[in-house]
Order: sequence, then structure tokens, then C-alpha cells
Amino acid sequence: MRRRLDAWVRERLPLEPLVEAVRHKTVPQHRSSFAYYLGGMTLFLFGIQVGTGALLLLYYRPSASEAYESVQFIMTRVPFGWLVRSIHAWSANLMVAAAVAHLVSVLFLHSYRRPRELTWVSGVLLLGLTLAFGFTGYLLPWNQLAFFATRVGTDMAAAVPFAGDFLVRFTRGGADVTGATLTRLFGMHVAILPMIATVLVAVHLLLVQAHGMSVPPGVERNAQQAGRPIRSLPFLPHFVLRELFGWTVALALLAGLSAFYPWELGTKADPFAPAPAGIRPEWYFLWMFQVLKYAPATLLGIPGEVLVFAGLGIGGVLVLLLPFWASRTDRWRRALVGVAACALLVMAALTVIALMADGGAHK
Amino acid sequence: MGDRVADTGPARRDVLNWLLGSWLVGVLGSILYPIARYLVPPELPEAAPPSVVAGKATALATNSGRIVAFGTAPVIVIRTPSGELCAFSATCTHLTCTVQYRPDLEHIWCACHNGHYDLNGRNIAGPPPRPLDRFDVTVQGEDIVIVRRT
Repeated sequence: MRRRLDAWVRERLPLEPLVEAVRHKTVPQHRSSFAYYLGGMTLFLFGIQVGTGALLLLYYRPSASEAYESVQFIMTRVPFGWLVRSIHAWSANLMVAAAVAHLVSVLFLHSYRRPRELTWVSGVLLLGLTLAFGFTGYLLPWNQLAFFATRVGTDMAAAVPFAGDFLVRFTRGGADVTGATLTRLFGMHVAILPMIATVLVAVHLLLVQAHGMSVPPGVERNAQQAGRPIRSLPFLPHFVLRELFGWTVALALLAGLSAFYPWELGTKADPFAPAPAGIRPEWYFLWMFQVLKYAPATLLGIPGEVLVFAGLGIGGVLVLLLPFWASRTDRWRRALVGVAACALLVMAALTVIALMADGGAHK
Repeated sequence: MGDRVADTGPARRDVLNWLLGSWLVGVLGSILYPIARYLVPPELPEAAPPSVVAGKATALATNSGRIVAFGTAPVIVIRTPSGELCAFSATCTHLTCTVQYRPDLEHIWCACHNGHYDLNGRNIAGPPPRPLDRFDVTVQGEDIVIVRRT
């Protein structure tokens, strides 16, 4: 009976080659192989976002007059609504952290090398998309902090030469941040961005599977010199079980954070109230926020904001196209790691300074 | 992979499988239970007021009806051909469409499935299974006031 059912399913779902491939897949094992779990962790948190996001949609109402009240309703009246919303907010933050850690590890282990250039490009685009998800989702509870942060955030687009005014109107859905902005960012957050993300995630995963895990150049060379193959771990069940263990820990962490530090709702946005003290974007935009504070009003007749955005834009393009301009010599790779580490340290320092300045504003 | 761990004996494998199974059940349970509870909409206390004003008495002509909101539910107020005022729940007892007054028939009619109610709210033709709930009507000053029957 079971054999017949098995045959029936196999005939209709010809997944044999896929199952075979997964069964024979291995993952290299060396001292940096912890990095192989970071992408999976990001994917897991993305899954949590999709699940909790879909649940929130059942009660959320995307209009200026009802958004805040509907989130309040979710948090106070719907059973486990506080948990679902807190997990969505916490998981969003952990996902940004996991995605950044994933990118940094890929950079430091030089996994972007030929033939994985497109895997890198799709990954950087996915990180940008993750930040866009964060930005568009921040306003949705329609609270005071998010309202002003979105006003500042969207106003920054005005610094873009020529197209600035158009971009501001485009993101806000009008001249100012209003209910139209809320509806627009909601549409992006739940429809447009997920559509793009689905395609990019599929491409990214397909490329990762097609090329297999990259082995760091140092490990590769050592194995070659010693004349032995690189140790490896079967993907199924060894790697998968370890991955599942990590995911369970992440889930427990999310539940713990949500139970002990539930995400606050704040006060309802009032466009005619003065901006509250300590308004700031999410932590992952803080370093940028701090750079803008330091930028001179004008330099050589060019507005400071324009300079900052030109710098960020060039930096972004360099990161996106890294595999195409990075050299293959060892010295060069060491220099790249050094520069990247310095950049990360500066960003971390700026974030800490912004956090401390904000703490002072509250006292 | 069966051959690789076969020498460690079935006992160890059983324990591991049992542990993995309980882990899976625990994790799935702690995810699915909150989701199941979340999906069931919370009970909202009915905010229906004890009485509502249904407009001016003089504005409701003989042999006509008017639908007013009683909390979140529609109520139909009718001035009968003989000039009396009466009020019923406007929710059809068949499949909850909103009923209307038909001056030509001189009774209440539901357009969805051709249900008919007389001026006492009784279901007299078509599919409605029960009469409409009746409301009390009084005139206070110029206003028609309708009150839910307890």
C-alpha cells in the first residue's frame, strides 16, 4: 500500500533529481564555516517577517485615521496580538543585523569571487531591499516618532540633484507626509517590495545552490599545499540540523525579547504638534543621520547634504559592484578587508555617538 | 547515512529521534497555538445605545418607511397607511440582507430573495424563517424615538 502511494506521488511529483542532489550536497568545514549559517538565519528571519506580517494584515487598517487605533487594538485586544507585533518589529531589526553580518562575512572571506559575482550583487540588492522594508514599515503604526522620522527621511531625498523634488513627492505621495504617504508606504511594504524580494531571494538561493558554498582563498591554498581535500559536512541531515538549532535559538530569542521588551506604540501622530525630543530613525540608519549632522552647510558652494549623498551613492555603487573591480592579489585582499573594517568601525562609532546624543536629549 | 551510524546501535538513535520529535512538537505547538488564537477575532462589546432618535415625526409620510442606524445595526421605522408608527430590525431573518418598505404592497419586503413581512413584522411569504425583531416607538416632542425591547 505504502509502496503504491509512494509510486503514485513520485510519478506526479518528479522531484527525484532534486532529492538526490540535496542528499549528495556537502558543505565545506573549516574554522570560518560559522559564516555559512548567517544567510540561512537571514532567510529564517525573513520567513518570520512574512508570517507575522500576514497575520498583522488581518487587523491593520492603512489610513491616517485608523492605523494607530488598529495597531492599538492588535496590541491590547487581539489574543497574542502583542506577541505577533513585537516579534514582527524585533525580527525586522534582527534581520537587518543578520543581513549585515552575512554581507560582512562574505566580504571578509572573499566569497564574492568568480563565479559568484551575481550572488553578491543580488545579495547587496536584497540588503537594500531589507532597509527599504524597514523604512516603509516604520511609519505604519502612525505614531509621533515614526511620523517625524519619515518626514526627515523622505525630505533627505530632496538633496538629490535635479530629481530631488520629484523624489520627495514620489515617496510621500504629495507635498507633505499625510495619510496619502501612509497608504503609499503601506502598498510598498506589503505588495511592491515583497514582489521584488520574492524574485531576488529566488535568484540568490538558486545561485547559492548552483555554485555551492565558497571556500576562503586561504583555506583553499592550505588544502592544496597539504595535498588533501577540504573537510566537508553532509548537508542532510548534519548541516540542516545545525541550521534548525540556530533557528530555534533565534525563535526563542525573539519570543524572549517580545515578552520582556514588547515593542512600544508611542503616541498617535499629530502633524500639527511640534517634533518630540529624541526623534531619530531606526538604529541602522543612525550612522547616516549622524553624518548629516556633521556635514557643513556648504562646501565650495555645494550644499553639505548633496555632498553626503554623493558620497553615500558612490560608496553604495562601489559595494554593489565590488566583485567586478576587486583585484585577486593577496595584498589587495588584505587591504580591502582593512578598509572595510575601518568603515564598519566608523559606522559603529557614529551609531554609538548618535545613541548617546539621543540618550542625553531624553534626560 | 543509515550505514554511518548503524554501529552506534538502535537505542541511541531512538533516543535522538525521540528528542528531535519532541523538539519539533514543542516548537510547532508554541508557534501554532498563538497563531490559532490570534486568528479568532476578539469579541467586541456591543456599543448599541438603549435608544436612538429616528428623525422628525412630521418628516415621515404616511405609507412610507425610513432606515436608521441603531448602534451598528439598521432599524426600519414605518408609518403605516393608517398613520401609526412602528419599528423593526431591518435585518432579514433569512440571510441578513437589509429589508425595505414597499408602499405599493403596504408591507415590508426583502429584495435579496423575495421575502415578505407584514406590518407586525411577521414573515408572511418567501424564505424568511422568523419574524423581524420589534422595537418600541414613541414620539417625544417632534422626534421619533426607538427603544430596543427587553
